[in-house]
Order: sequence, then C-alpha cells, then structure tokens
Amino acid sequence: MMTIIEERAESVDTARPASRPPRPRTGNGGLGVLVRYLMLAVILAVAIQAVSVTVANEQWWATAIVVAATLAVVATYATRKFVPLKYLIPGILLMLMFQIYPVFYTFYTAFTNASDGHTISKEESIEAITVNGPIVEEPDADRYALTVAVADGADPAVAPFVYLMVGADGAALLGDEEGVSPLDAPDVTVEGGKVTAADGYSVLSGVQINDRSGEFDAFSVPLQGDKAVKKIGLSEAFAGAVQYRYDAETDTIIDSTSGTVYIADNASWVPEGGGATLAPGWKQFVGFDNFTKVLTNDTVRNSFVGILLWNIAFAGLSVLTTFALGLLLALVLNRKMIGQRATRSLLLLPYALPGFITALVWASMYNKDFGLINNLTGLDVNWLGDVWWAKVALLVTNLWLGFPYMFLICTGALQSMPANLTEAAIVDGASPWRVFRSITLPLLMTSIAPMLVASFAFNFNNFTLIFLLTEGGPFPADNPSAGATDLLISYTYRLAFGGAGSQFGFAAAISIFIFIIVAILSISSFRRAIALEEVNS
Amino acid sequence: MRHRPHLASGLAVFAVVGLLATGCSSSGTPAPKAESTEAPVRADADLVIWTSQEHAAMLKPFAASFGEENGISVEVQPISGELRATYVTATNSGKGPDILMTASDAIGNLVQNDAIDPLNLSADQLAAYQGVAVNAMTYNEQVYGVPYAIDNVALFRNTDFVPAVPATMEELVTTGQQLVDAGSVENVLSLPVGQNGDSYHLQPLFTGAGGYLFGTNADGTYNPDDLGLESPESIAAMTTIQGLANQGVLSTSIDADNSISLFAEGKTPFMVSGGWAIEALKEAGVNYEITAVPGFGGGTAKPFVGVQGLYISSKATNKSFAQEFVTNFIGSDVDTSLAFSAASGRPSAVTEAFVQQSATDADIKGLGDAGVLGQPSPTFPAMAVVWDPLSKAEAAIIGGADPASTLAAAAATIRQQIADAN
Repeated sequence: MMTIIEERAESVDTARPASRPPRPRTGNGGLGVLVRYLMLAVILAVAIQAVSVTVANEQWWATAIVVAATLAVVATYATRKFVPLKYLIPGILLMLMFQIYPVFYTFYTAFTNASDGHTISKEESIEAITVNGPIVEEPDADRYALTVAVADGADPAVAPFVYLMVGADGAALLGDEEGVSPLDAPDVTVEGGKVTAADGYSVLSGVQINDRSGEFDAFSVPLQGDKAVKKIGLSEAFAGAVQYRYDAETDTIIDSTSGTVYIADNASWVPEGGGATLAPGWKQFVGFDNFTKVLTNDTVRNSFVGILLWNIAFAGLSVLTTFALGLLLALVLNRKMIGQRATRSLLLLPYALPGFITALVWASMYNKDFGLINNLTGLDVNWLGDVWWAKVALLVTNLWLGFPYMFLICTGALQSMPANLTEAAIVDGASPWRVFRSITLPLLMTSIAPMLVASFAFNFNNFTLIFLLTEGGPFPADNPSAGATDLLISYTYRLAFGGAGSQFGFAAAISIFIFIIVAILSISSFRRAIALEEVNS
Repeated sequence: MRHRPHLASGLAVFAVVGLLATGCSSSGTPAPKAESTEAPVRADADLVIWTSQEHAAMLKPFAASFGEENGISVEVQPISGELRATYVTATNSGKGPDILMTASDAIGNLVQNDAIDPLNLSADQLAAYQGVAVNAMTYNEQVYGVPYAIDNVALFRNTDFVPAVPATMEELVTTGQQLVDAGSVENVLSLPVGQNGDSYHLQPLFTGAGGYLFGTNADGTYNPDDLGLESPESIAAMTTIQGLANQGVLSTSIDADNSISLFAEGKTPFMVSGGWAIEALKEAGVNYEITAVPGFGGGTAKPFVGVQGLYISSKATNKSFAQEFVTNFIGSDVDTSLAFSAASGRPSAVTEAFVQQSATDADIKGLGDAGVLGQPSPTFPAMAVVWDPLSKAEAAIIGGADPASTLAAAAATIRQQIADAN
C-alpha cells in the first residue's frame, strides 16, 4: 500500500511543470472555467451563509475556522499556484473535520467534569434555577383568564403588550408594565369567562403573538416585591414569585421560601451544612481528576486485566478465524468451476445484510430453550448464559459477519497475483501445499497484512456486536459491572454511560487510555506487516 | 526506505484515533456497518414537538388542529433511537424542540440537565388527574409535565385455558403447572427475564413477595437514601422468586423478543406485560383478559407505573404556544384526553376520562386497575443507576446464584455509582 502512494508521489514530482513547458490542461476550456467558478461561487455562498449564522451566535472560533477553510479552498482552486494541493485539500479538510477535531475535543473533555448535571455554563445554571426556575404561586390566589392585547390603533407588531384578565369573581382587570388595575373601559365584552373585546384595546390573534414570541415570553406584569403576574400559555395567568434568587456578591443562591442558602461548591449548588444539591450544576475544568479516577476506580482495577486479555484474544481470534475461512474459500473458488460466480455472490450475502440485524438474529438463535441452534442439534448448551460458550458464540457470529470481507480481499489479491510464479513452482515439482506455503501466502500477505491490522484494530473496539449479542454478559453474580464477554469499549461504556447517567469527561479519559493501548498494538503490528513487505520486495 | 515505519505508525495512530473518536465505526472492515448517527435537528415550524416513533402518529392530528386554531405551523417530529439523550444534546446546543413527549422516569435527568421547565398547573387541573399520574410528574416538589396516559404491566391470562382469575401467585403456578403437565402448554408464565434481567417486568413479583427497592416517606414519595435491596424482606422475596425459577416458571430464556409471541401462540397460559402487547394479541386472535398481577400469599404486587407526559423545553423558542398546547389544549379536558388516550391504547391520566374508558374497554380497565396498585417509577436521577445492577442481580438469582450475596453485590454497586455520580 505504501509503495503505491510513494510511487505516485514520485511521478507527481517528476511531472512538476517547472522543469517542463506547461502542458495543455483539461478543464482549461471555456466550459471548464465556467464550472470551476460556479463551484467556487457555490462554496462561497455556503460559507457566507455559515458565517452569518456563527457571527449571529457569537461563535468567533467557528467563524475564524470557516473563513480560513474557505480562503484555503478559494486560493487553491481559483489560482494555479498550488496544483498538488488541488488533489489533497478535500481530504485534508475532511480529516481536520472528522478526525483531528474530535480528537482534540476528546482530550479537552477529558479535563472537564462534563456529565449529566454538568453540561452548561455557570451563568446558564444560575439562569435555569432563578429566572426559569420554579415560581411559587400565592396560596389560594386567583387564576386569571387571559387575553393579550395592545392599545387601539397601535401597531400590533411593536406596541407594548397588555393583559386583559378576568378573575374568579368575574371582574375585568388590566395588566401592563405599570402593574394591575381594574379594566376601566366603557365597553368590555366577556365571553366564556374571557375578555373578547374592549374599547381602546385591540385583541391580538395567535398569529400576531407568535410573530413576537420571544418578546411575549419575556413579558410579565410586575406586582409589589419580587412578585409578578405570569402567563401560562396564551389563555391563563397567575400571580407568583420566583423561588430562587442569585446573590452575585456572595456567589450564592437563596431559596426565598425556606431561606436555605446554596453555596457554589465543586460545580454544584450545595446547601449550607450539606444536603441535596440544586440541579443543574455547571461544567468546569477539573485537571487530571478523571484520569486519577480511572486509575483508582475499584471496579476498573479488579476487572481491567481480565477484560484486556479477552479483548486481545477476541480481536486476534476474530481476525484469524475470518481470515482463515475467507482465504480457504477464496482459494477453492479461485479455480474455474461450474457455479463459480453464483457461489461467490452467495458467500457475500452475510456481508450485504445489515450487521445489526444479523447480530440480533444470531442472538435469538442462541436462546437456550427456544433457539434454532439447540433445537436443531438437540444440544442443551446455555450459549449466552455460560462464560465460555458466550465467548464461542461471539466468535462464531463474528466469523459469519467477517469472513465475506476476507474472502473478498483474498479473491482480489489472488486474481492479481502473477500465475507464472506458481506455474514455475509446479513445473519444479512442488506440492500444492508447498506452493501455497512458499509462494501464494507470502505474496498474499504483502497486500493483505495491513488490512488484517486494520481489522484487528476494528474488532478491538467492536462495540456494536458485543452490545447487540451479549451486552457484555453473562455477568458474575457478584459483579454487575464487568461481564464475561465485555471488551474494554463496552465495559467503559457501561462505566461512563450505563449507570449514573452520562459521564462524558470520565469516558473521554478512559478512551484516551484505550487509544494508547490500541495505538501500541497497532504500531507494532504495522511494523511487522511492513517488514513482511520489505522482505518480499 | 527507512522513513516508512514512521509514516505507517503515523497513519496507524490516525486510524486508531478515528476509530475511537467516531464511536468505533469504520469503513472497509469486516463488521456490522454502523447506522447513520446524524443528529436530528429541529424542524422548521412555529411549534415543534419531539416524541418517539411509536407516539408520533397519535399526536399528529392534535398538533394539526392546534395549529389550525391558532394560525401557526406545528410539526411533530418522530425521533428514532435514544429520544432522551438526543433531546438533551439538541436542547443544550439550541437545536431542540419546544415540547418533548416521553415517560415520567426521565424527569430527574432532564431537570438535572436544564432541559425542561417547571409548570404551574392550577389546583383544579391537578385534581382532575389520577393521583399516581401527578406523583409521577413531580420532582423535588415541582410539577414538570402534563400527564396524559398511564403505563404499567399487568397479568394477561389466556381465558381458553384458565377461565378464573387466580387470587394468588401460588394459585397461578399450580394452575399453570397442571396445564404444563397435561401437555396443553409449554410454560407456566411468560415473563421476560433475558440473560441480563428485566427489573421492570419482575417488579410486581418482587414487591408481591414482600421485597422493596426504595423506602417511602410519610407522604408516599420515595426516599432515595433508603435502598432496600439488602433488607431481609427483599432477600426473602428473591428467594421466593428463585423457587419459581427452580420450578421452571421463570427462565432467562424468555426475553423481550419472545415473551409476547409465546403467549400469543398459546404456549403459555399467563404473561406479565403491558399495553404494548395488546395489538399483537389481537392480531393473533387469542382470547385473553387483563387483571392485576397477584401477590404471593396475602401480598400485594406493585408494578412500576410510568406516566406518559408532555414537557416544555427550557430552551423553547416559542414557550407561550408550547404552554398553551401542553397545559390548556391537551391539559385535563375529558374529551381531548379520551381521544388522546384512545389513540395511545393506554389508560388516561385524567380520572373522569379513565372512568369512561373503563366502561367500554376491558383491556384498559384491566391495565388501569392494575396500575392503581402500583408505585410510580422513581424520577430521581439516582434511579438511573439502579436498573442495570438490579436487573443483572435478578437474572443471576433466577439462574441459580445465592440471593443474599448477589443482592448485596448489586446494592454495593448501586451505592458506588451514586457516589461516583456526585
């Protein structure tokens, strides 16, 4: 794989226009230029749209990134200065977006306490508790039937709102920015308990209110003290006061009904003297806390080694079994025979079916009492309930899911293999096994070894299969957090998201640990794969 | 040539990081292809409601008539997959809906993440609902949602095999065992357990045998500090349940995928399930009756009662209309509630509407009467850490593990996770 890339790079090098007269290029014709500038115009239009959104939301970093990316694209495609970049820039941008950014974000998250209850900023948390928090209704206070209006003749799109209200006693009231007063209009129509018309006011329709929804949500009629008349929807209002008040000087939140003072402590509002915290808390940096938590966590310590060993075994055996079966079938079907094409197509079927459906079907086939496997074979194996059988079941299912891919790439590699080498060996009197061992397999490994490494890395984190087939189980009776078929990724998913809500910071820290393990394993196996390649070349 | 390994290791690192960062999906590798996980974004309408695929269809006509009445556009967006997690993420990044419709046990988590607003319902309106519905919508003494339907498990009985309602669990087992011995059915009871347990379905048996999960305060609310798993009552209850497993009444082979079909095909005379099973049973044409799950001896089985409700997003772009729809349009009006819960096939949360439903629909009456005996699914966030260890402990005990030590391990895990989360 590497060789191909390098050869291409070299051919680009030698073809550099500096040493040769410029060649006529395709795409330089009138139509080509037109298409190119149309595409650039589209990109610019999208970028301008994106910038207008990010600026409106005051996301300055996002704005800078969009501008920089757009400039890079325009500079590359509108000029002839960066020809090689024309081929690379889409890939580079996509890699930055989908690979590099998530990595940085994962690292960033690992140093925060991001989790359920700690997802917003402190300002948002204060706002959520105080302004948007509970409103204590006056005991035995009236509810008012509400009609929303503006002064007659005023523009309904900008004029201040007034509330026309009817209390339980049937008296009509007026609520505006000043407060509540009796509705003093000569001709008030009350129908069905609601004011439907009043002289001097024009009643707003749903559409008119909807056009000003943000403004309307913020409007309330002030009363004495902290109290106000608030609306519920469009047709009801009541008098009440917010329950919690923020004191900026002492950085505390005070409960106005009970007098409890909540202190900002460890990203939560904790009542003085301890007790249940006030939700929500906020997100903040916690340094290396998440990493120490991983290293000192009891359940992690007790189960980590066992899970890691099984994880390596699972990934290794999955690659080995799928490769062995795939190669065997590819070898058998590499010879011309009747039904070759049909058989090949049939063998690809498991690969063509959605994997998660296959996994669920297999899960039901493994059922001890009602499953197809035990019913057909007359066995009484507790496939998914026994520690070892569950592992076998997983490997068998993964073999079914994975062998068509191996079959596919082995077939491809075999067909591109020069036949003269094997023919020469046969002429020299080598047995078929000897030909396979000494010629076919080494040649095959050259092109396939990197795929095997990639497959290992994938299966190392094959969360989907575990989750759909066993959910990590069976679990020992004394430890519900580490199952017999758990991989590191499914195990940490349970730790971080399974129980105590979503602990993003903790999960990010664990995934960095897993990343280190997989990186070490992959780098060492890639080195071996490359050594193999060099031996062959 | 010497630089190659470095380049390769660089690529390997990128590949690996990519695998981790993109939730382990990858291309060109032999494995289940990952589903598209594109996050849903708020639809372009004045008022947007998010709910599960299952509930979207029934909500649509109500949303449409509300939109017509007020001259605004209303859209019901069905969200596939993890509705709640998707909702929290979308809401916190300003792309969420105005209204969320889901079951009550989500409330604690939603409040914790500043995703829903408290409501001020009038005393009259609160009085119109069934008590259990209001309790389920209450968190930290605040009402957060408008309840509309009640969900709980009950006992489904095949009336062809067993005409009379069993008064106790012992009677149920005896009757069922006779049918198994006679060869008319294969199993006594279809109750989904699965390899990893199902504490929601097992709860009526656990409480019916005297066990308890959380203690209750004087006012009937749960006390999250009083975890009852290790109590002698709970251990005794799980020992009783293990006894049923030893008789073959409960089995880890019966799970969510096959439990309903076992009953529908007449292979079991009894099933513990909820309103979601009714459609399949009607299709299969089996004759059944729904009653409360009986307790052991004189005990009362208390299933978890989940209440479906409507909540207003704390980041709603159109709060007033959202409030109008939730509290006044759906609200507690009997006719609306009747139509609404008829569409959902569940008992209504409005008392008067439930009374009228019960008169005409035996299934809803059976489910509702069973729910009256139940306890609301706890809403406090600590409950989230209970389901998984409890279910696994129950599965292990049904599979033969020692009840006392297994429950102790589950309780220890739950306490540890509650501590971790704080």
